[in-house]
Amino acid sequence: MSTQKICCAGFGGQGALSLGKILAYAAMLEGKEVSWCPSYGPEMRGGTANCHVIVSDEAIGSPVIAENAACLIAMNQPSLDKFQDIIADGGVIVLNSDLAQLHGSAKTDKIYAVPANTMAQNAFGSAKLANIILLGAVVQSVGVVRTESIEEAFAQVFGGAKEKFIPDNKKAFALGYTFAKGEHA
Amino acid sequence: MAVVFEKTKALTDLKMHYCPGCAHGIVHRLLAECLEESGDVKDAIVAVPVGCAVFANKYFNFDGIQCAHGRAPATATGVKRVQKDKIVITYQGDGDLASIGTCEIVHAAARGEKITTIFINNGIYGMTGGQMAPTTLPGMKATTAKNGRDPAVNGFPLRVSEMLATLDGPAYIERVSVSTPAQVTQAKKAIQKALEIQKKGLGFTFIEVVSSCPTNWGMTPVKAMEFVREKMIPYYPLGVYKDITAEGGK
Amino acid sequence: MAKVLMKGNEAIGKAAIEAGCRYFFGYPITPQSELPEYLSSELPKVGGMFVQAESEVSAINMVYGAAAAGARVLTSSSSPGIALKQEGIGYITNASLPAVIVNMMRGGPGLGTIQPGQADYHMTVKGGSNGDYQNIVVAPASVQEAVDMVMEAFDLADHYRVPVIVLADGLIGQMMEPVEFHYVPKWDLPEKDWALRGKGDGEKHMVENLVMEARECEEWNLAHYRVYRKIEEQEQDWEEYKLEDAEYAFVAYGTVSRIVKSAISQLREEGYKIGLIRPKKLWPFPQKAFDRWDGQIKKYLDVEMSMGQMVQDVAYACNDKHKIEFYGRTGGIVPGVEEIVVFAKKIMGGDK
Repeated sequence: MSTQKICCAGFGGQGALSLGKILAYAAMLEGKEVSWCPSYGPEMRGGTANCHVIVSDEAIGSPVIAENAACLIAMNQPSLDKFQDIIADGGVIVLNSDLAQLHGSAKTDKIYAVPANTMAQNAFGSAKLANIILLGAVVQSVGVVRTESIEEAFAQVFGGAKEKFIPDNKKAFALGYTFAKGEHA
Repeated sequence: MAVVFEKTKALTDLKMHYCPGCAHGIVHRLLAECLEESGDVKDAIVAVPVGCAVFANKYFNFDGIQCAHGRAPATATGVKRVQKDKIVITYQGDGDLASIGTCEIVHAAARGEKITTIFINNGIYGMTGGQMAPTTLPGMKATTAKNGRDPAVNGFPLRVSEMLATLDGPAYIERVSVSTPAQVTQAKKAIQKALEIQKKGLGFTFIEVVSSCPTNWGMTPVKAMEFVREKMIPYYPLGVYKDITAEGGK
Repeated sequence: MAKVLMKGNEAIGKAAIEAGCRYFFGYPITPQSELPEYLSSELPKVGGMFVQAESEVSAINMVYGAAAAGARVLTSSSSPGIALKQEGIGYITNASLPAVIVNMMRGGPGLGTIQPGQADYHMTVKGGSNGDYQNIVVAPASVQEAVDMVMEAFDLADHYRVPVIVLADGLIGQMMEPVEFHYVPKWDLPEKDWALRGKGDGEKHMVENLVMEARECEEWNLAHYRVYRKIEEQEQDWEEYKLEDAEYAFVAYGTVSRIVKSAISQLREEGYKIGLIRPKKLWPFPQKAFDRWDGQIKKYLDVEMSMGQMVQDVAYACNDKHKIEFYGRTGGIVPGVEEIVVFAKKIMGGDK
């Protein structure tokens, strides 16, 4: 597919924006056209935060996703409720099942319910890396970029003093990736 | 033939447009003399206001910029941050500095900008024809306070030197006047000191000059000088309000 | 240099540094605050100076001083803050000084919204300060273009001795796209012998703004307008998109032009012959683009994030107000592709 649109949404502090940023970075490293477009508002924490990532083989027109999203990553209930209609027919919804449940029918049956907070808590003792676990599930289920590109993106985003974060991020990514693979094996 | 007196070369030969009895001419000369005596004319840049001194850059024989009303301290900040080794002076009246430009002067002082501000306080808007200034004394008549400034309606005058002296940024603040020869001598000393402190990079320096405006006060020059001594100075006492170079600081 | 993923606001900051700007004076306002934040840490690293001013009014007057002192200088803000800067922009313009001013537009009027808008077209293109004047206004549609245009803006400002306004919207400031930085000076610029730096052993420099005599003031203005005429001749800049066979043409700039391009793809798939004239500079307005294509264009579809502030310029450029149809969203709403498609079909009917 030449253009893929991905919407990441959660509440402020959950890491929806950085999830999208790593995805965008990885796509850029693969030489693709990419845009990362955040919602911006006065709330620093606790409000809703979302970003629209578009990855394409050609120049990107509108950086805003209104419909036909290939993937929605819903990190909490309000995000799922607000954005589930922008998904394309046959698109993928990756949701943090610790904080969001699908009620009623969705436009797609490709739904990955990942208990990301629980998984992060078990693996790292905190929910902080739940976003990267979800990213692993996205790359497994939707594609968009290769795993190696994500790892390269980690190296670029966590440069210098932040290098120490790379191993846990890789591990979280692998957890999500494996989970998604098992879910639809 | 021996030269007994020569006009400072730091002023141009243009004829000043100021009224008889106005303090601007005296203060222009004092500033010019100070710069000439310290050998700094070549390095001086003056930011001039909107008001009677709007053409001061034509009278001073060194670099100058005409600023928007009240914004000279901001513009001088921009000049000084680029030309760090030059001597940057703002020359402002009371409408310019203490009314529309209060924000700019307070923050330039608070930042400790290494500039010198000469503040002419004559209690009235001169150029626009005698309207009430933020420094107009209670009871003093102005074209926008025809029966005299009524604090119940117009509030009270601003004492800028006292106000700025509460800040940590200023290095030197003095209020002077030029209504007697002795005051003129003291005013020149104050300007000299402020410029020296600027050259040393110690902080913001501020010289307020309690001045006269015979034309808009409706007085003869002599009466106006008396008014400065009898009415203005009691409200705006002369003296040093801040001096970080004094023993123990002040 | 490899591409990096950067937010528009930060990329503009880096572009300014690459172009030799060492001075920034500004005041925080959403959605441009990442720009002063970025420069507050990056300018000192290259021997530059960042000053957070007490207000937008002060910031632009600091720019006036720094420009007069010969520096490449930048300030940025968003709509209400730019409104406050208008006085200073007029002074800088009148004194023939170079400066670059970035406006990351949001919806208005008044405090408005922090969401993206294009409703400062009149304020910046027609002039929001008093008096007869124009400013060069560049309008990027991507982060890369914002970078390139900021670099060019410094050259334009120095070459013509005018302020240049970079008119983008909040989305350009907030979004991240891959960018690279290649500053190639547009001209071999002369030394600024007019700048305030102390007269030394030479003649004094004066940066003046008050011209008491009306005749003299008229001369000043006419001198400015001679420069403007030259700019109009030399600096029109636009993109032509799918116009070869087009019978209809969108006219849009900035973020909206990208959404319009997506709409064009859909419409073309359905057989509509429609393209886009995208002004890359809003002043001078790309008259030459209209002169070139007007013969084959039946209607212009002006789409904006405003209530139609560009319409008059399009009407003037094509010399027929009846050829223009307008669609706009206001108050911070970014139009979607679908609504633009619907609008275009309504105008074109079955005309494929």
